[in-house]
Amino acid sequence: MKLTKLAAAAIAATIAAGPVLADLVFPSLDYRTGPYAANGIPFADGYADYFALVNARDGGIGGVAAKVVACETGYNTEKGVECYESTKGQGALVYQPLSTGITYQLIPKATADGIPVHSMGYGRTSAANGKVFRNIFNYPANYWNGASIAINHILAEEGGDIKGKSVALVYHNSAYGKEPIRTLEELSKKHGYKLTLLAVDHPGQEQKSQWLQIRREKPDYVLMWGWGVMNQVAIQEAANIRYPMDHFIGIWWSGSENDTLPAGDGANGYKALNMHNVGSDYPLYADLKKYVYDAGNAAGAGDQSGTVLYNRGMYAAMLAVEAAKTAQEIHGTKDITPAMMRDGMEALVIDEAKMAGLGMPNFGPSFSVSCENHGGPGLGAVQQWDASTKKWTLITEFGPSDMDVIGALIAEDSAAFAAENNITEGCN
Amino acid sequence: MLYREAGDFKTSYAKDQQTFPIAFDRWGYFITIAFAVLVVPFILNDYWSNAVILPFLIYAIAAIGLNILIGYCGQVSLGSGGFMAVGAYAAYKLMTAFPELNIIFVILLSGGITALVGMLFGLPSLRIKGFYLAVATLAAQFFLVWLFNKVPWFYNYSASGQISAPERSLFGFVVTGANAHPATSYLFCLGFVFVMAWAARNMTRGANGRKWMAIRDMDIAAEIIGVDPLKAKLTAFGVSSFYIGIAGALLFAVYLGAAEVGEAFGIEKSFLILFMVIIGGLGSIFGSFAGAAFMVLMPVLLKNIMVGQMSWPTDLASHFQFVIVGGLIVIFLIVEPHGLAQLWRLAKEKLRLWPFPH
Repeated sequence: MKLTKLAAAAIAATIAAGPVLADLVFPSLDYRTGPYAANGIPFADGYADYFALVNARDGGIGGVAAKVVACETGYNTEKGVECYESTKGQGALVYQPLSTGITYQLIPKATADGIPVHSMGYGRTSAANGKVFRNIFNYPANYWNGASIAINHILAEEGGDIKGKSVALVYHNSAYGKEPIRTLEELSKKHGYKLTLLAVDHPGQEQKSQWLQIRREKPDYVLMWGWGVMNQVAIQEAANIRYPMDHFIGIWWSGSENDTLPAGDGANGYKALNMHNVGSDYPLYADLKKYVYDAGNAAGAGDQSGTVLYNRGMYAAMLAVEAAKTAQEIHGTKDITPAMMRDGMEALVIDEAKMAGLGMPNFGPSFSVSCENHGGPGLGAVQQWDASTKKWTLITEFGPSDMDVIGALIAEDSAAFAAENNITEGCN
Repeated sequence: MLYREAGDFKTSYAKDQQTFPIAFDRWGYFITIAFAVLVVPFILNDYWSNAVILPFLIYAIAAIGLNILIGYCGQVSLGSGGFMAVGAYAAYKLMTAFPELNIIFVILLSGGITALVGMLFGLPSLRIKGFYLAVATLAAQFFLVWLFNKVPWFYNYSASGQISAPERSLFGFVVTGANAHPATSYLFCLGFVFVMAWAARNMTRGANGRKWMAIRDMDIAAEIIGVDPLKAKLTAFGVSSFYIGIAGALLFAVYLGAAEVGEAFGIEKSFLILFMVIIGGLGSIFGSFAGAAFMVLMPVLLKNIMVGQMSWPTDLASHFQFVIVGGLIVIFLIVEPHGLAQLWRLAKEKLRLWPFPH
């Protein structure tokens, strides 16, 4: 019984994993099922559509076709490992796991295999220190930037003084949700606010007690580190207890249309951070319509176009394509390897002219990556939800975060990782 | 014709009572072991090791452990995920606190710590039975996950609450961490599986196993014939948790490399192991292997067929996977409520008579 099954699996896997050479392979460890699908689908669609556009419009990256290999992880780390192992043999250039848990798994594995990981705005924050995390990138901003930007926004709202104010953090009880706590604690020492921590267990459908506590303690501001179904439930609960929505700020993973729409008018005024611009008012969308949608090549159901997370998937794909182009220039070859891709990511420069040339003017901040800084500039903006027009709009500029506090934390955490794993810091 | 007792003469009691009394079985067993040790390590690649074989071997240990408790001693437990977490966190604390400690002792000690925790949570089994005991062990599951999330000491005060396994080697070969060769981690786990399955098989045939089975079949009658229920139930909980703890430690240290308790050791894990035991067959060591193989390999196989060969969209494939695995579970339980092990037993009975069934 056991042996026949093994044999059958062997045959299936060998046929399934026949490598296709000559394409540039970008695995997409996405999730279109499970409690996080509402957020996983738009990101995966945006990621796939941008590569489809590059293939159809430009004939690939530098003339070489890009191939997106999708693998369903369901936000589950064991499936994530399976996906990583099954796709890495096909020449995967860069992994974007879209899950902090899976990122933690992949950091040692990908480093050993020499494949770069781009955890854009998630994952292990101290990976911003490229001297320790040679293969891990988290530009353009990370969780600790996000925490600081949220506090900066509160400071701006309150006229610069939040001494004695209270801030509650509603967070997903996992590595993802726990990431900002250290930064928020440091910042509370600096600015003198009182921090309350409210953990929500996976998957986040049950939050009655947390919101009861918020109703009782009436914190001045509520921050949220949520994902998937947890976002929708939290926004609905906040609306139910009539918490002032403009004092409720989510991280960039808690601010998409799929999170706010279920709460209807109750979600009006809810704020979230963002690391790029919103909406579909870009020349790029005309190209997408012409080359991808109208050709019938849109990924998924094709109904996510223009949403916040679709834009983010597209942004991630754009950064990957630009890094691949940079790698092609540096090494003078079209068929780049994961090691070359890593060099390209480390030398990546994104400026306004480049974005405008791609049809995405003013889409995100300008930045450049270096060995010392894999985390980018850490800029972020605040967006607000308008329930009547069902649209997000940016209400602030891309503002800086408190790098004095964050830089010290990054140095401390990456040094701990380096000591645990016998890594000597350095750029060579 | 080949598969028969006739002509295979036993000259001692020991030979008469061996695990595989039929020569054909015995040779099959030796060949499987030889194949697993001498051939598999050389044909194994990263994908096969990390995605298929390692989880199968590790879950097989967990399934054997739970089978000892449920299948042999009749005590229902839904706390396996929590006990695996105890094994994993014990391994992490031991690895980081005593970097010189040999990895084998780390794993064994983790099992020992889990055994103590398991016996503690097994105490209610002396007063409550059946579904009520299941609920009590469910409490253990939730309590342990909450504990490892709440107390930062367990994850060495790391910012994210993640635990990650440092690199450890055995006889100069790296066993844990990302630099481990697939063959070394495979052989390391295989060694544990072999020893533990062998120990479980012999334990369940011996005095202890008979006591457990007496308790399972009728605890009052067992008490009357002189089985101490306290000792029998607590040893079952202890031995079972030892196995599950070792599985948890291996899952964390060798297979995953990094874990967080809510995601890796949640209630889903308890159900997964329970399904393995039920589908494989209660009260059978072979059944534990068959159940683990079914629950680990089937989804991977289905995924490779549907996405890899038939090029279905990943979400459709993933939904269908639930439908197919769920359907197969129902069909198996209707056709053969005693699990895959019973199918195997029936097949062997038929083979013995073949080709002259009358």
